[in-house]
Amino acid sequence: MRYLTLFIIMFLLWMLITLNLALSNIIVGLVAALITALVFGSQFKLNWKKFYNPLRYIWLLIYIIVFVWECIKANFDVAFRVLSPKMPIKPGIVKVRTKLKTSFARVILANSITMTPGTITVDVIDDDLFIHWIYVSSKDSKIYTKKIIGRFEKLLKRIFE
Amino acid sequence: MNTISIILFIVGAAFDLFGCIGLLRLPDVYNKLQSATKSVTLGTCSILLGLFIHYGFTAVGLKALIAIPILFFTSTVAAHALVRGSYLFGVKLWDKSVIDDYKKVVQISTEGKEVEK
Repeated sequence: MRYLTLFIIMFLLWMLITLNLALSNIIVGLVAALITALVFGSQFKLNWKKFYNPLRYIWLLIYIIVFVWECIKANFDVAFRVLSPKMPIKPGIVKVRTKLKTSFARVILANSITMTPGTITVDVIDDDLFIHWIYVSSKDSKIYTKKIIGRFEKLLKRIFE
Repeated sequence: MNTISIILFIVGAAFDLFGCIGLLRLPDVYNKLQSATKSVTLGTCSILLGLFIHYGFTAVGLKALIAIPILFFTSTVAAHALVRGSYLFGVKLWDKSVIDDYKKVVQISTEGKEVEK
């Protein structure tokens, strides 16, 4: 089943990238996906049952909307800091504790944090994320934990766990 | 449709420009990286989205759309690797940095390794 899931993902990706419904193209895609699935199937550690739950895809869509909105806000914020003559920045590395358990969810969380302007994930050690923040607005760990990962975490928990 | 894609192109180019200005103006490695890697999110992604809207569901448009998640994964991994690498290499934070929680952990882990040797 794990091999089949990987096969389906690879084949869909192939069809999206080539976007050609000719029979020869489909056959090449099937063969390529089959080889990939056979070679890398044993490395495919994600729980395959989660891929067949449609509810997770709905949460994923909501997550994308929330993420884009956060990104736009943060982008304007950073653009303002860069362009203003005084440069109001207060950089620092803060420690944030996450409740997510699976490694894939953590990867997506760390990537989301890095992708949001103003914050970069420096390292992940056990449950702690170390985040370089361009404007450390408060030193209370509860407040900045909520500010940085609060919204993402709830949704990611629904999607991946 | 055409106007929307042009607006997206302009927004994307503007934010890429802000990213470049930030790269020049901000003080240390970490802050420069913030601005260098992050102009991608709104800048480049909105250019790609504009391409998608311009071409619609054709081969070019869909490829532009697929490029967005690929950018999402590659540029974040690059930024993360650069930041972590430069910290462990010993590049110091800016003098006016407020807080550094990572320092303690790095010290503990390096001391631990020395003891093991």
